[in-house]
This record gives sequence, C-alpha cells and structure tokens, in this order.
Amino acid sequence: MFAFGDKEGQIVTPEDLPLGGPQQLAYPMDPVAKIVRNGSTLNLAALIRLDPTQLTDETRPLAVDGVVAYSAVCTHQGCTVSMWQAQAKTLFCACHATQFDPRDRARVVDGPAPRRLPMLPIKTVDGVLTVAGEFTGRVGGERL
Amino acid sequence: MKTTRALAALVAVLGLLVLPVTAVAQARYSPVTDQRLVTPEPENWLQIRGNYQGWGYSPLSQITAGNVRRLTPVWAFSTGVDSGHEAPPLVNNGVMFVPTPYSQVIALDAKTGKLLWRYKRELPEDFKALHNTSRGIALYGDKVYVASLDCHLVALDAKTGKQVWSRKVEDYKTGYYMTLAPLVAKGRVMVGVSGGEFGVRGFVQAFDAQSGEPVWKTYTIPGPGEPGHETWSGEAWKRGGASVWLTGTYDPELELTYWGTGNASPWFGDQRPGDNLFTSSTVALDPATGMMKGHFQYQWNESWDWDEPDAPLVIDYQKDGRTIKGLVHPARNGYLYLLERSRERIGFVSATAYVKQNVFRSVDQQTGRPAYHEERIPKTGKRAEFCPSLWGGKDWPNAAYNPKTGRLFIPANDNHCGFMEGKVQQYVAGQWWTGVDIPDIGFTVDKGAKYFGEIQAWDVNSGKRAWSHQYPDSMSWGGVLTTGGGLVFAGGTNDRNFRAFDAGTGKVLWQFTTNSGIIAPPSSFAVDGVQYVSVVSGWGVDPAFQQGLLGDLLGWPKDVPQGGVIWVFAVSK
Ligand code: FES
Repeated sequence: MFAFGDKEGQIVTPEDLPLGGPQQLAYPMDPVAKIVRNGSTLNLAALIRLDPTQLTDETRPLAVDGVVAYSAVCTHQGCTVSMWQAQAKTLFCACHATQFDPRDRARVVDGPAPRRLPMLPIKTVDGVLTVAGEFTGRVGGERL
Repeated sequence: MKTTRALAALVAVLGLLVLPVTAVAQARYSPVTDQRLVTPEPENWLQIRGNYQGWGYSPLSQITAGNVRRLTPVWAFSTGVDSGHEAPPLVNNGVMFVPTPYSQVIALDAKTGKLLWRYKRELPEDFKALHNTSRGIALYGDKVYVASLDCHLVALDAKTGKQVWSRKVEDYKTGYYMTLAPLVAKGRVMVGVSGGEFGVRGFVQAFDAQSGEPVWKTYTIPGPGEPGHETWSGEAWKRGGASVWLTGTYDPELELTYWGTGNASPWFGDQRPGDNLFTSSTVALDPATGMMKGHFQYQWNESWDWDEPDAPLVIDYQKDGRTIKGLVHPARNGYLYLLERSRERIGFVSATAYVKQNVFRSVDQQTGRPAYHEERIPKTGKRAEFCPSLWGGKDWPNAAYNPKTGRLFIPANDNHCGFMEGKVQQYVAGQWWTGVDIPDIGFTVDKGAKYFGEIQAWDVNSGKRAWSHQYPDSMSWGGVLTTGGGLVFAGGTNDRNFRAFDAGTGKVLWQFTTNSGIIAPPSSFAVDGVQYVSVVSGWGVDPAFQQGLLGDLLGWPKDVPQGGVIWVFAVSK
C-alpha cells in the first residue's frame, strides 16, 4: 500500500501509477493478517508503470502489465531511492546520485552504487498488486 | 618454587614485550585541559582548527619557503573506508586521532603511523546518511568526543578507544544526524545537528563532559514567545531548518561561542513568509547557559540553499585607526563579512563580494541587511537563475587566518550559477523535504571562464584582496592551513594534489599527488622537535556529486578515485 502522499495507507492498483514514471513508494501488506510491513524502511518498494515493450527480456517476467517493483533501498549506502530523473527516465538516489534503469532490472546507469536494486516479482490478484516472490537479491546498502 | 619464579619472570618479560605500542601512547597521553585549549602548544593540534578562534594556524616555522620543496611523505595509513573524509588529524603529544566516515576513529603514533586503536561505531541497520562524513572530533581530559552520524554523542577513552558513554542527541529516523566535531569548553561538550534537507529544527546542545548529562539545549529557530519567533508565520518554524552543520568558534575572553546556521526548510522563501531567524546566521551562545547573546543574519527569507554553517573566525582587526574585536566570515552567499563582537551583540562592519554574485541589489551599510533583485529569487512555481550556485562562493571548507601577516585565506569557487523552481512537497519524517528534487536542481558554469576554484588571500586590516591562485580545471574544496613558516597548505582539487603556497605571493612552491582528492583541512604538529604536516585524502559527498555534473558541463573527468588515506609529511634531511 502507499507509504506516503495523498493515498497513504491505500492499496496500490496499476491504475494508480502514472505511465512512464515517476515511481511511487509502497510498503507491502500481509493479505491475510492485513498487517502493513512498515516497521523498517528496508521493506520499502518502488513501484513504477512502464510501457511493457520497453522492458528487457529479463525484466518482463517479473512484471505485470508493465508495472515493476524494486527495493527502494539504495545498494550504495541504503538511502531511499525516492527521486525520479525525468530526462534519463531513471530512478534517482539523492544521497550520491546513483541512477538505476527501471526497464532493465534496475541496472546502475551512473553513480557509486555497486549493484542493481533487487527486484520484487509481482502479479495482480483481483486487480490488486501482489507480491509474487522474494526479492531477487539482498536488500540494503553496503556494510562496512 | 624455582619453576614458578622462572615462569613469573617470563610473564613479566613477555608483558614488557607486548606492551610497548599502547604503553608508550598511554605514558605519553597528557589530559587536555581548558588551559591547553585556550593557549595551545605549537607542537600540538588539539582541536580541528588548531585554536578556539578557528584560525587553522600553526605557529611552527621549521618548514619554510626555503625548504618546502623537500617535503616528503613519512608515512601513510589507509582508513579502509570510502566517502568524503573531511576531518583534520588531531595530535596530542605524539598521539594522532583521525575520524572517518561511518563514525569511526583511528588512533595512531603520530611519528611512526603505528595503529594504537580503532573505534568502529555500529550504525543502525536502517541508517542512511546524506552526507556520510565526519568533520572532526574533540579532545578533552582523557577522552575523545565523537558526534555520530546516527545522532549520538559518544565519549571514548583516549588511551584505549573504548566507549565510556553514548548519549542520544536526537532520533536519526526523523532526519537528524551529526557530522561536526564537538566543541568543548569549561567542562561542556557542545554539538549541533544536521538535517535541514529533511525538515528538522536545528539546535545546539551541551552535555557535561564527564557524565554525559545534558546541560542545555538552544534551538536555532525560536519557539513561541522567544525573541525572533515573530519572523515566522504559522507552523513553519517547527520544521524550519537552521541546521548546525559545523563546529562553533569560541572567544574565551568574552566567554561566547559562535555558531553558523543552515538555510531554512523548505528551500523556497515564499513557503515560509518572514525573515526566518536564525536561519543563515551567526549566533552567539553562552557556553555556560546556552543563552543567545547576539546574532547576525546574512540573508533573510533565504531561498538559494545558501547555508552559512561555517562559524566566523574570531579575529581582532584594524579599521579606520581603531582595533575592532571582530568576527570574519567568508559567506556562502559570496560576500566577505567583517563583524564586531561584544558580550551583548554582533555588529555589522562591512561586506565585500569576493566572487560574482547577482542576487544582492545592495547591502545596508548600517545593518548589513541585503536588498534582493526580485527576479533572482526562486519561488514555488517560479524558476529563477542566480550566481553563485547553491554551493556558494565558499561552502564548508575552512578558511584560515595567519596572525603574523593579518591575512585570511579563502578556498573559493567562482563562475558557477544555479537555477531552481520550487514545488510544495508533502512532509514525511526522515525524507527529503526541500521543495525541489535533486535531479531538478540546475547547475551551470561560465564556459568561457579562466578559472573556477581558487585560493584567495585577503588583508583583513585593509579589507583588500592580496592575491588569488586560480584553478582552470577544478573547483576548490579543501580547507586551508597556514603556518608560522609563511606557508599556506591546501588540497581541494580534482587532480588529487596537495599543495604548499607562499603565503606572501600565492606562488605554488610544492605539490604532491595523493591517492584521492583532498576535501579535509590539513594540520601541523611536531614530535621530538621535527615539524610535520598531515592531511587526509578522501574525495566524496558534494564535491563528488558536483564533479559528476562538471563532467557533463566541461568534460572534466567524472570520477575522482575514492578511499581515505592519512598522509604525514616532513622535510627530508
Ligand atoms: S546511498 Fe544511494 S547513491 Fe549513495
């Protein structure tokens, strides 16, 4: 469900997401217990709806109708990837300006992050965006 | 019997063998007293700028224009961490202390570079820092004080590096963090908080140096009923910024500390009508009580992200035949301010542009209050261009003052501008809340300019510029050290060089290419009668981000290698 903004606390549907970005930040909710997993920003996901034909072959199977979900925790030092670089159409981390390409499994396009954002496989159940599997990699920044 | 005694003897010998490094450090370690901080010994560098007045001056005079060409590395030590290293090494009778990003501290034998101990703070799992750096630590008594990124004040045993106590200053989850060196005076440890980009309300807080008990807390934005509160409208003051990014300076005679404050949040003045005291100001605080004893605001209703976090240098200077007890501040807004200090107030003396600035229409000669060119004020839904850019004429890198010559040395950046347009952002605790997202912040340069970064020398008594050393291919991000040997030392350039200048002429006398770019101020000390110069090289944070933009604008190399190394130099025989 939406983590912040006018729709805070509401469940996210694909129609809520503007086509082509920017991303919306959301926390997952347990569908049975209806508990929102918002205790830690490590659970934050960035949802974005893109033209499905622009997604790479590696990205498309984990998306639904062009909607992709990534961990919003920067793989550099853990800041929230909350900004959108409108020109390059990339997910932008404000801390040290890493840019991730949401069409290509959040590949690092520019900046210091050492690896992609882990992707969260999603599907729709009765029109609601639902988690379909585990993050594809370790969530969080580099630890020293 | 015999065997036992032999064993005991063996243990004793072993004990001696194992002991030396720490034993030497412990035997040497001399507690840092108020007296020593007020009148620091030339051979030591006990506080980040060498003295309370913020001069960045070492009286040592062994290294001179005549022999600096033979300056050679004596030892180097890799900090093992990345990100921006902004802290100078401190030295107390042969023991060196260096803080690094991630709130770590390294203690070394200053002469040999041998590791004595290392403190690594465990940062919370979900911690994130916009500026992962440390700008310094403080020494007092037999302790080392660290203001941690996750907003705790930590006291370490200077001999062992073991944590003695740790006090929460604020909740890091709401956007508060700390990067500054604590300021210690008269048994009080004072810290200030960062977090202006996240809608915090800035403050300075004092703790008892011994017990860690909080003593006083003064907000840099006055609450209801406090003087200055009337310069705010509505609820804006609650999240109005005025972070305290950097360490205050201190006048032990007046018993007043001077702190610089950050800009207001959100960044666009039309979202918070009023002057917004005490944002982008210098404030005088009594270290005993925290009472505010004066202020000077550089720009009212701030709208350019011109923090004024750098505390003014405490300098007495001549003006029209009289000695003024002064404060000197090369401001981020591009003007060099001379102020007057007293126990009751901070008075305005003069303001002179030291880089190109197109926002101020005029500066009132009595009060120092600027008038603005309306079209240079970015607002909500209204884009405006302004020079210098948000990084200012000088950002946080420290200027230095040489009392022998009355000269001030400013690491300045010129010929760059910015543009912004504000929007209303929803406030979420701990999240970016400035009114503009970083990808939308405009940064431009004058492509025909002959230089961008520079080191400027000013004669404080005449108020005139003496010389400027200009960098055609780099900005200037290094704090400055000046010495009794007539030299100026600074890094700050993207070519990784550490330089020595002739303080009189500005001529480069020596340079050395380090591992990374230097964004920390150097320090100087002596052990066994030999003068050393030390500096930490470790590029990162804003200079790294800006360098990426300059790569696009001017074709400069986008990447300056990162990773911290402590360097110590001496003149070879
Ligand atoms: S934490 Fe995201 S770029 Fe550094």
